[in-house]
Amino acid sequence: MHRWHRPLAVLLLTSTAALTPAQAAEYSRFVADRSHIQFAYRQMGVPSEGRFRKFSVQFVFDPGKPAASRTLIEVDPASAETGVKDVDEELKKDAWFDVRRYPLARFESSQFRALGGGRFEIAGRLTIKGRTRDLTVPMQPRMDGGAIVLEGSFPLKRLEFGVGTGSWSDTATVADDVQVRFRITLNPTS
Amino acid sequence: MKTPYTSTAIALHWLMAVLLFMTFPLGIYMHDLPLSPEKLKLYSYHKWIGVTIFLLACLRMLWRLRHPTPPLPRSMPDWQQKLAKGIHHLFYLLLFLIPLSGWLMSSALGVQTVWFGLIPLPDLVGEDAALGEWLKAAHKALNILLLIGVIVHVAAAVKHHVVDRDDVLARMLPFLK
Repeated sequence: MHRWHRPLAVLLLTSTAALTPAQAAEYSRFVADRSHIQFAYRQMGVPSEGRFRKFSVQFVFDPGKPAASRTLIEVDPASAETGVKDVDEELKKDAWFDVRRYPLARFESSQFRALGGGRFEIAGRLTIKGRTRDLTVPMQPRMDGGAIVLEGSFPLKRLEFGVGTGSWSDTATVADDVQVRFRITLNPTS
Repeated sequence: MKTPYTSTAIALHWLMAVLLFMTFPLGIYMHDLPLSPEKLKLYSYHKWIGVTIFLLACLRMLWRLRHPTPPLPRSMPDWQQKLAKGIHHLFYLLLFLIPLSGWLMSSALGVQTVWFGLIPLPDLVGEDAALGEWLKAAHKALNILLLIGVIVHVAAAVKHHVVDRDDVLARMLPFLK
């Protein structure tokens, strides 16, 4: 008993010394290859999907201190990939994302709120194609190894952001509703 | 006309003929269009008609198994009888294979087929660009074969009516009688 008591005490002491409670629960190092931003939509009733290959994430998340959490996510709309080359090219044009004039879409949080049951809500402002709208995003974190994985989805109306104008504004062809799904993986703040 | 075509067989023949004469030129017209809402619509219409033809082909095959076709005129030379039967069998084969190749092509190219925008068909193959291109070539080749078959089929029907003056066309087109 005595033999392993001392090492245990040392271990406990060093670990409490190394990790203050605040640091232990704060996650901010973005893991790009375990994160994604996808979108789902319908054209002529056909469920279709795509993703953004390029986006940057600044994130500080502390499950115990939602008020201290914040994020800024910037997406390169020119990196939209649907699996259909013609569509990817079309999305860059003026009628869609107009990537020359609006090279970035962004979401900036204003407030994190714990909803209970391990769920959170991020209030913030979403800007696509120069148009800004208030947005509330539900989010469910889970642990994966040492990292925290933040997952959620929310609906958008593409026409509110002027995405798909002119003849493309016909929602019988391409639906107005777009569902965005995200997974953001963060390592603990070192 | 001892054993005429059933009215079901006649209806299926002409219904499919009309659908083919819609979707075939549509397929040629649409594939080179630049991407637009119009193109998405035309592609969907083409696929919806294709799925309809596929289902009608199934129905027609079942009907055909229980209701044999009336015999060809005895006056026809043997080679013509064989050619006529061969082309009819080819049509049955193509009316399955062409829609099937289109359906699989669509899945391989990452676009599910949803009949009338309401009824999704399962993707029998996963996304695979190389397979998609291969199926596209197959779809095209099979359609060229169909076009040749239809030209021979229509030319033969007209020849029977105008030159041979037999009832081969009239039994499929009763108002000619």
